[in-house]
Amino acid sequence: MYKKKECVAMLLAGGQGSRLYTLTEQTAKPAVQFGGKYRIIDFPMSNCVNSGIYTVGVLTQYQPLVLNEYIGNGEPWDLDRVASGVRVLPPYQGSNGADWYKGTANAIYQNLNFIDRYDPDYVLVLSGDHIYKMDYSLMLKQHKETGADCTIAVLDVPLDQASRFGIMNTDEENRILEFEEKPPHPKSTKASMGIYIFNRALLTEYLIRDEADPNSSKDFGKNVIPAMLNDGRRMFAYAFEGYWKDVGTIGSLWEANMDLLGSDPAFRLHDPEWRIYFRNNAEPPHLIGDFARVTNSLITEGCEIQGVVENCVLSSGVKVARGAYVKDSVIMSGVTIGEGATVNYSIIDSDTEIGAGSVIGRTKSTPENIALVGSGLSIAPGTDIPGGAMVNAKYLAEKAHK
Amino acid sequence: MAVTGIIFSNIHDNNIPELTRLRTIASVPFGCRYRFIDFTLSNMVNANIFNIDVITQSNYQSLMDHLGSGKDWDLARHSGGIKILPPNIMAGDSARRTSSTTRLEALKSVYNSIVKIKDEYVVMSDCDVICNVNFKAIIEDHIKNKADITVAVKTMPLTDEQAAANVLFYSDENGRITDVHPYPKNFCGEADVSLNIVVMRTDYLLQMVQDAIAHDYNSMTRDFINRYKDTKNFRVYKYDGYFACVSSLADYFRCSMEQINDEYARKSLFDVPNRPVYTKVRNSTPTYYSDTSSVKNSMIADGCVIEGTVENSILFRGVKVGRNCTVKNCILMQDTITGENVFLNYVISDKNVIIRDGRMLSGCDAQPYYIEKGKMI
Repeated sequence: MYKKKECVAMLLAGGQGSRLYTLTEQTAKPAVQFGGKYRIIDFPMSNCVNSGIYTVGVLTQYQPLVLNEYIGNGEPWDLDRVASGVRVLPPYQGSNGADWYKGTANAIYQNLNFIDRYDPDYVLVLSGDHIYKMDYSLMLKQHKETGADCTIAVLDVPLDQASRFGIMNTDEENRILEFEEKPPHPKSTKASMGIYIFNRALLTEYLIRDEADPNSSKDFGKNVIPAMLNDGRRMFAYAFEGYWKDVGTIGSLWEANMDLLGSDPAFRLHDPEWRIYFRNNAEPPHLIGDFARVTNSLITEGCEIQGVVENCVLSSGVKVARGAYVKDSVIMSGVTIGEGATVNYSIIDSDTEIGAGSVIGRTKSTPENIALVGSGLSIAPGTDIPGGAMVNAKYLAEKAHK
Repeated sequence: MAVTGIIFSNIHDNNIPELTRLRTIASVPFGCRYRFIDFTLSNMVNANIFNIDVITQSNYQSLMDHLGSGKDWDLARHSGGIKILPPNIMAGDSARRTSSTTRLEALKSVYNSIVKIKDEYVVMSDCDVICNVNFKAIIEDHIKNKADITVAVKTMPLTDEQAAANVLFYSDENGRITDVHPYPKNFCGEADVSLNIVVMRTDYLLQMVQDAIAHDYNSMTRDFINRYKDTKNFRVYKYDGYFACVSSLADYFRCSMEQINDEYARKSLFDVPNRPVYTKVRNSTPTYYSDTSSVKNSMIADGCVIEGTVENSILFRGVKVGRNCTVKNCILMQDTITGENVFLNYVISDKNVIIRDGRMLSGCDAQPYYIEKGKMI
């Protein structure tokens, strides 16, 4: 019934993503909308399929409804398969009691039975909160060629930013000698991308050991990787070249969306060789009206633009009324922007209505000062929301009270 | 109320010969990302009709490619779903003998499948029926009136060219059919035009097809509706919503342009609650509008890159409009690519057309300039 697989991917999608504030109030971070038509999880999922990995376990925990619904049977990614495909793996109750996933390592530990079914030689561990296109089969090839126990994908980052990442210090052959989490004085610029390939037998051994350790925080970066290094295991860095962005904050999510714009974008979505798949809605084509002006923007189906849109990423079904002015912003699905409203340097979450003449965000702002408006809100006409504001129902209630 | 849908994918191919040279009328592209059959299929699916037979005859590669397993319409099912019925050519048959030009002949050719229909009712539809109509209402009307055959019609003004491509029905005040004029010559004015949506009981259909085989009848309107209209309960269902009647390339152009110039036409096709229009998913990226783009009054699909000026136009998926190009009053189908400094006015380009730098092409309102599939100009 189950066929042996060379490699099984485990996608960690249970994180809350609390630094995305109201965007992840009702939704797990991997299900946050990105780039007009996508959700963050589409990128690792499409990477798996494009790399020939068709067995994917998605570990969910925090606010899983939208994410579960979105993954469904995996059909959009061609992962509705007979002897493999995508499986959603929530925490569960066992005979020894129930447990939430206590950390990334514990989440995989609790699902070793899922991995065992496919008897894989290798396990690929991925995060559900990064935007990138990567061929995991090349990383697996290097893993096999070097005879590694564990391979960690690394990205060369600027030295002044290296202290924000987990840094790998390696020898000339890319063998990892030392791992430092957010070092104040980094010795190298090889930042871990949170993508690991393990030999399955060894991974199982270390996860069991880590689980037994009461002092462990059950985390790959903090516990499992250091333990393997301490034991002198063969651990190699796989140097990834290309675009990669952690979209864990409002600023970086906004930046990653802006990276899609321009005639030669930093991150190119349109790539026939590496398609990013997504779940499709039945929306009609978009309409650009007589008084609209649209420049340097991504617009998708179901939109109706009558106003001015500049340097924006618009998701499906966004309505921009006549006289509205939307600039340098990310507008998620189903948002309505009323007549004469101005939106600058903002992220507006799905199904929110911006009343006529409202002013959201400020011009010539910075990624650190993005105005965020949560989903399903109704912003009264003429409301002024300053840059950097995090607007949810509570914010609006307090504002009304004042 | 169990209903099977039967779709004729080749009837009226000859109305738009330019667009049907390499495809069925069912797979003619329309409205940025749809094919004609999407409207009929969606109408059926939205009325909970999940057993659908698509009768094809010729040129059906593009149709099969479009339909795939039917999953984009929720029709990839273990029980029922979509079934494509290509011509059943037996050894020794000549192609001529098996080709059918009317719906009745098409039904005769798939008699073996009709025998197997288990649902109590059938709704039959052509593909050049661009409307978002509630099939349930038609079927309920048919049942309520204990009709033998119900034909959906719409009262509309017709030019003589349109009349000559349509079947006109006349009925009394109770909705009973009194006369039928198929493809009349020299008619101009208001009339009840058939939407080519027909409802009947499955056993009635079977009886009709058997009768047609026995007597070599080949026209539903002439040999059944006209012949038995006084003794049988044949009725019209008057539909008063939007209906795009496409009987020529000029009609195709006009109906396409209605989608951008007439809000009523657009909303009644695409903005009906609980009745979305489904189509094949292509995983296109969002459309990119560059700094140099200027777009007015246009309907645009995903996957396009726009660097020039576009006005009053319809762009399908994957169209590229280069720098300093002007595209006015055009329909550019899937993956049409224009170079730089191109000027297009009243042009319909079929799929995969390439228009090289500096070309200037123009048709006019009544006679748009058509560029066939895959051509480089």
